[in-house]
Amino acid sequence: MTVSIVRFGGSNCDRDAERALEHLGIDAEIVWHEDGLPAETSGVVLPGGFSYGDYLRAGAMAARSPIMAAVREAAADGVPVLGICNGAQVGCESGLTEGAFTTNESARFQCEPVHLRVERADTPWTAAYEEGEVIEVPIAHGEGRYEIDDDRLAELEADDRILFRYCDADGSVGGDANPNGSKGAVAGLLGERETVAVLMPHPERATLPDVGPTDGQGILRGFESAAGEL
Amino acid sequence: MTAYTATVTVRLKRGVLDPEAETTKQALERLGFELEGLRSADRFEIDLEADSADGARERADEMAERLLANPTIHDYDVEVDER
Repeated sequence: MTVSIVRFGGSNCDRDAERALEHLGIDAEIVWHEDGLPAETSGVVLPGGFSYGDYLRAGAMAARSPIMAAVREAAADGVPVLGICNGAQVGCESGLTEGAFTTNESARFQCEPVHLRVERADTPWTAAYEEGEVIEVPIAHGEGRYEIDDDRLAELEADDRILFRYCDADGSVGGDANPNGSKGAVAGLLGERETVAVLMPHPERATLPDVGPTDGQGILRGFESAAGEL
Repeated sequence: MTAYTATVTVRLKRGVLDPEAETTKQALERLGFELEGLRSADRFEIDLEADSADGARERADEMAERLLANPTIHDYDVEVDER
């Protein structure tokens, strides 16, 4: 079982993801996007960074690179796919997940720890948590404001596809607890299958005990949980 | 074949927050200008050859649909001129 971490030109959290996964005992390798997705891949990380310099829109170019067709096929086959930060933007731009991540309400790049409320605990990515649990994971983005039309958001909520919402330390959603103005305070959501998820916060930066809090470990352990279900 | 320039203008849908435009508006106000509102847009000028203006428009439309605009947040329009 080897998780492929797809490196685009401008990815910069690929090595962090590799170290974090290896710390958890999950075998991972960095894959250059032009080399294609290895046939035996057991999971895919779309890592953070600034693929293609965020030209046009964050994630727009990477989403249309040939490897993403293979990632979409793998996702449809049940291979777990996790998009983190720029990878979440790539995920939405490529249609793996719905909506868009666009310019923060503040119009500034924001790098800070945030609290997330786990909206459902019955997915591979959240099996380590309780529903309603509050975890602390950092964000680092300028274009993380989740945007989608109101009707589609209501449908996603009805389908139980919202995975994480920004909240305060007590789990309350709204007001200042929403760092970037995301609609519905959405920080992460599921694709058509529960094995596909994207989120703007960085679980790989909250995994190694030497670096700080380790609340993000459970999200990365989704690759183990998903493998158990396959 | 005729040479055309297709101009694709991509703008945020009405109602979608535009923090960069808001910041730009505030900067203009700090410079002493009076204004009611400000919207920003991206403009792409695409030189291409096509059998007709409609053919050029069709290709530019497809470019907007598949890359230049994100239908979740953007509207776009296309204008075609002979070059």
